[in-house]
Amino acid sequence: MNKPARGSLLGIEHLEAKDILGLLKLARRMNPLKARPLLRGKRVVLLFYEASTRTRSSFEFAAKSLGAMTTLVQSSGSSIEKGESVLDTGYTLRAVGADCIVMRHPSAGAPLLMAQHLDIPVINAGDGMHEHPSQALLDAFTILKHKKSFKGLQATIIGDILHSRVARSACHLLTRFGVKITLCGPPEFVPDVAATLAPGLRVTRHIEDALRGTDVIMLLRVQKERLAGQKIRLQDYISRYQMTTARLKLAKRDAIVMHPGPIIRGLELTAEVADGPQSVIVDEVHNGVPTRMAILARALGKAR
Amino acid sequence: MTRQNQSLLIKGGQLIDPAAKINAPMDVLLRDGRVAEVAPANKIRGSADEKFDARGLIVAPGFIDLHVHLREPGQGYKETVATGTAAAAAGGFTSVCTMPNTAPVVDTPEWVTWLRGAERGAMVNVFPVAAATRGSKGGTLTDFSALQRAGAVAVTDDGKPILDDDIMRMALRLGAELNFPVVQHAEDTRLTENCSMHSGPTSFRLGLRAMPASAEAAIVDRDVMLAQQIRESRLHVAHLSTSDALKAVRRGKRAKARVTCEITPHHFTLIDENVGEYDTNFKMNPPLRSATDREAILVALADGTVDAIATDHAPHALHEKQVEFERAAFGITGLETALALAITQLHREHKIPLARIVELFTAGPARVFDLRGRGSLARGSFADVTIFDPRKRWTFQAAESRSLSRNTPFDGWQLTGKVVATIVGGKFVFRVD
Repeated sequence: MNKPARGSLLGIEHLEAKDILGLLKLARRMNPLKARPLLRGKRVVLLFYEASTRTRSSFEFAAKSLGAMTTLVQSSGSSIEKGESVLDTGYTLRAVGADCIVMRHPSAGAPLLMAQHLDIPVINAGDGMHEHPSQALLDAFTILKHKKSFKGLQATIIGDILHSRVARSACHLLTRFGVKITLCGPPEFVPDVAATLAPGLRVTRHIEDALRGTDVIMLLRVQKERLAGQKIRLQDYISRYQMTTARLKLAKRDAIVMHPGPIIRGLELTAEVADGPQSVIVDEVHNGVPTRMAILARALGKAR
Repeated sequence: MTRQNQSLLIKGGQLIDPAAKINAPMDVLLRDGRVAEVAPANKIRGSADEKFDARGLIVAPGFIDLHVHLREPGQGYKETVATGTAAAAAGGFTSVCTMPNTAPVVDTPEWVTWLRGAERGAMVNVFPVAAATRGSKGGTLTDFSALQRAGAVAVTDDGKPILDDDIMRMALRLGAELNFPVVQHAEDTRLTENCSMHSGPTSFRLGLRAMPASAEAAIVDRDVMLAQQIRESRLHVAHLSTSDALKAVRRGKRAKARVTCEITPHHFTLIDENVGEYDTNFKMNPPLRSATDREAILVALADGTVDAIATDHAPHALHEKQVEFERAAFGITGLETALALAITQLHREHKIPLARIVELFTAGPARVFDLRGRGSLARGSFADVTIFDPRKRWTFQAAESRSLSRNTPFDGWQLTGKVVATIVGGKFVFRVD
């Protein structure tokens, strides 16, 4: 076991505020259309044990925009299928010449495990229900494009927070800058213990209460299987927690609506909200590339 | 290390023998595998083949561990009877009770006999606990009577609960007829599927599926109720870890049911927060609980609710621990750190008298499994003795463990209290030079 290599990004929780601000500043300087060969000759492995569209493709574009080579390793079609352990896969990729591993894994803490046994930076692209730091950073980047600063902001996160790594990372990041966050959903998705995650969090069961006066609304995907598993009726969930145009009016007039995707229209939000003027959902995806360019540039030692 | 001798005089020590209500400077003479005489300092006449100078040390009945996994048969890469009992000897344990969740499960008299065989190379007494149901699958009871005759001291499906109400009722009934304890691993596994730690702020922060405390209490509640209903039945709750389960045990004891329980050193020392950042050496089942649960455990250890400290020594190979937290094996080693943790945490930090701690390692566990002639140094008892220095400060180094495995959360811990000598049947099996 060793300390994760410099430049690793395993979560937001243990990042210092100045690190976060540094990454956001760097992200603003990154332009995917004007390639800077900061990572020329570097080999970035995208190690994905779980399905991904946005995160994988944006990390890949980000790496390539900076001049790095990438290779994708997925659990199916690799030795992982044959029962190779996470660490043995890591040692193999290192031996092949990887300079950095971007890793998504269904098990919380798996990227940390990898980082503790390799001498190259590991970037967490989502680990189980734990953290999704690059998503939190691109969300912060997006918020700062629409709001002057984090100062005095109120945010609301609605949905299945218990199972959401996006929510955990967002809570750590935004509360670090004093944003007050209201978590909203049924107890099965938002247990009371959720409020202990960071200072400045509160839990409510009522969406009206959650939305009043808020600046930022973050919606989370609701999995139908999870609703069934928790014995929540789909119609009940929709009637109590779906984001509609009417409910959106409760928030501040200039509130933005965010969603890490994939969105399910008609479930956690209506199509009108998803496509409405306050929605920044597409913008978030767009911002994923420069944010991940910044993460990779920091990881591989250039442009710190 | 074993020295042949007929008689051994342990001189100058402070004898703590809670079963005999002794806590005084006493000399102890062992002869032919038994305690020949116990007398105030310098009152024992006649010569002994060997003398042991115990000045400044505590002399106690040999420690008994009700709950260890020695991994044989079948999992000798984790531990063997020989290596596990060597660790036991170093930890001051003269008797260990082995759990049956091996490969295969110890569910027949033949396996019980096999475990007790001299070929296993045990350094201390090994008392097998046999499976309560065939293959510990929870379906059909094993042949309790035959297992008992072969030398099993209790039955359990440890690693798993006896979940089915009817099976548990039948087990307790049969146990009552045979005066045979039924040991319960209290976990409602319907509530803990795919869970890897205790449910609370830490599990939420780490994003780990988590076991509610109620999964333990629910089973203990039911079992205590059954034990109250079935006359003469003997229920022993293994590795109890929650405040609510302790309440159920107290209820049973007040109702004069024969209900006993054990607590592990890690549950009285650590809490769920100590899992830190997915440290798999802090992953065990039952999991480390909340600070409130630990407080309740400390009270129960002091007030007599708890019958024994048991280690739940659960060795695993590195490759079973150096994996994702959720995939890592449950369990930690514990034989070599138990006494020092008890002295450091219970005696020094929480002011529990040494005599009570010794009771939890000796008279208490001997009563739970009816280990006659053990747990006391009364004249005629087996010559099993643990001698320790309650003030010695030392650092536990996992790399120096006698166990085959290294999965301990206590590596590098500064502890107070160290075993100086362990004597089984009148012979040294461990001795610090």
